[in-house]
Amino acid sequence: MKLSQTEIEAIQHEMTLYEDPGAATIEALKIVQEHRGWVSDESLEAAAAVVGVTPTQMEAVATFYNLIFRQPVGRHVIMICDSISCYLTGYEEILAYLKKTLGIEFGQTTPDNRFTLLPICCLGNCDNGPAMRINTDYHGRLTPDKVDAILAEYP
Amino acid sequence: MEKVLTKNIRDNREPMTIGEYEQAGGWEAYKKALHEMKPTEVAGLVKEAGLRGRGGAGFPTGVKWSFMPRFEENPEKRPAHVYLVVNADEMEPGTFKDRLLMEGDPHQLIEAMAIASYAIGADIAYVFIRGEYTECQRKLQRAIDEAMEAGYLGQDILGTGFNLKMYLHMSAGRYICGEESALLSALEGRRAVPRHKPPFPAASGLFGQPTTVNNVETICNVPHIVKNGAEWYKSLGLHKDGGTKIFGASGHVARPGLVELPLGTKLSDLLDHFGGVRGGRKLKALLPGGGSTPLLTDEHLNTPMDYEGVGAVGSRLGTGTMVVIDDQTPIVGVLKNLEHFYAQESCGWCTPCRDGLPWVERILTNLEAGHGKPGDIELLDLHVKLLGPGKTFCAHAPGAMGPLESGLKYFRDELAALIPPEADTLDLTQPANAASNN
Ligand SMILES: Cc1cc2nc3c(=O)[nH]c(=O)nc-3n(C[C@H](O)[C@H](O)[C@H](O)COP(=O)(O)O)c2cc1C
Ligand code: SF4
Ligand code: FES
Repeated sequence: MKLSQTEIEAIQHEMTLYEDPGAATIEALKIVQEHRGWVSDESLEAAAAVVGVTPTQMEAVATFYNLIFRQPVGRHVIMICDSISCYLTGYEEILAYLKKTLGIEFGQTTPDNRFTLLPICCLGNCDNGPAMRINTDYHGRLTPDKVDAILAEYP
Repeated sequence: MEKVLTKNIRDNREPMTIGEYEQAGGWEAYKKALHEMKPTEVAGLVKEAGLRGRGGAGFPTGVKWSFMPRFEENPEKRPAHVYLVVNADEMEPGTFKDRLLMEGDPHQLIEAMAIASYAIGADIAYVFIRGEYTECQRKLQRAIDEAMEAGYLGQDILGTGFNLKMYLHMSAGRYICGEESALLSALEGRRAVPRHKPPFPAASGLFGQPTTVNNVETICNVPHIVKNGAEWYKSLGLHKDGGTKIFGASGHVARPGLVELPLGTKLSDLLDHFGGVRGGRKLKALLPGGGSTPLLTDEHLNTPMDYEGVGAVGSRLGTGTMVVIDDQTPIVGVLKNLEHFYAQESCGWCTPCRDGLPWVERILTNLEAGHGKPGDIELLDLHVKLLGPGKTFCAHAPGAMGPLESGLKYFRDELAALIPPEADTLDLTQPANAASNN
């Protein structure tokens, strides 16, 4: 399997930003994920070849960091904050509502491949708890009604 | 009160252009440092001002900088690179202050980094940003590009011979990346496992080169100190430490948010600023500066909120963003939530932390579910000892024990009362049912 020219160029650019080009390992994984949604074994190996590290090194890094997905995810990834300020302001109710509405548990994807639901540590949005992030968008002060409206923005 | 760090920040966090920033006095401190001061003078000034690290530990910044090797006298000994790394990982539960500084006034951070790099002799500066902060990334990259164009970064800057490159690194998650030596591992593209100290980063940091790691807010103070002097800076504080602080409140407060106030502001005044406990309830406890700072209660409302003041009552100022807990909230749920976080975020390198934290979480889960057993409280006490400072490879596990130890101190009876009276007849050979909170 080969990466696209765009992916390769983006990775090669990142490699110029460090004294040791191998330091771009994490960026390489992120670039692949940006283009493919997740990091398959094949794309991991291809990215390792570009960066010049072994697939084992790449895998060690990929499995350490929680924002690297080693399994396919849905079109939109919901990350709900389960840390203390959100816990105090109603995280459990929002989580229960999301699970019921989507019919999935943490780590699962809806059958129509629309949403994946994941927990996340404090998002730095604590003054707007309960908070979540969908793709790169922040949403806060969640209520069940608000969740309905927000989900509708992500077809 | 005079606003220092947030004076340029608009309510909608739309940053100034570099022109507007210059109009507001931006980049003047940098020019002053480059044209009128030696690097050691800048570092000396920061030391004199008594600036302390805003990343949680409160270490004096000028002292940290003084550990950096100097090559002005013998430039031929200079290593390939000297690094400044700014810690923008901000994953401490309840902390959201660095995000404001990066989103609201990215130029301030870039100028501050440029001055700090000059002071410590760095030629490359990175900002290590948590992966979720893509808005910060966008705004900081723009500010870097503008600074490049204006000639504040690059080669032979302003004709002084000073060279500086600046890059952003977007992290891929995990709280442990915020620990400064783990952060360096992450920046090198490896698993974010902490490193043995010594050697400290000043001796052997990023790629084995001299490196200083500072928090975003810490660094943002530097231009103001250079511009206005050490005496001015010290006079901003109301108690023992000088300067202002971005304080924050979340959880059960009426008006959660952030505010810049003098260090040493009284805890009760700070709480009032955020409208007090919401819904007319009473204060049960609060974490003064993020998830790993020991709890305070209403007996501490007179505490001056600076490093010395909070330290004197057995906690830490930490990140200065407090989490407020009302009197209707069982403490066991709070502790369980916090310890779940620490157990999950352990990097797994050393056994006490990797195995001890999930055990703590399990005990708390059982207590909450009414499945506590005699001896559970004592078992928690034991963990506080075994995971305390000096017992683990890094400060993650001791940090996790902060709220637990204080919870056991202030709410011991409440926790003990969770053990059902008939519990001593339970069959302890059976594993408990530990449902984690997700
Ligand atoms: C587990 C752990 C997580 C940390 N996370 C952060 C963080 O997100 N941001 C930060 O600035 N410092 C964090 N720190 C503190 C850093 O190790 C370091 O002390 C700090 O970045 C130094 O900067 P300062 O002296 O300017 O505060 C963390 C420490 C530990 C032990
Ligand atoms: S204390 Fe925890 S986080 Fe720190 S090195 Fe040990 S296992 Fe890793
Ligand atoms: S605790 Fe949820 S965003 Fe900080």
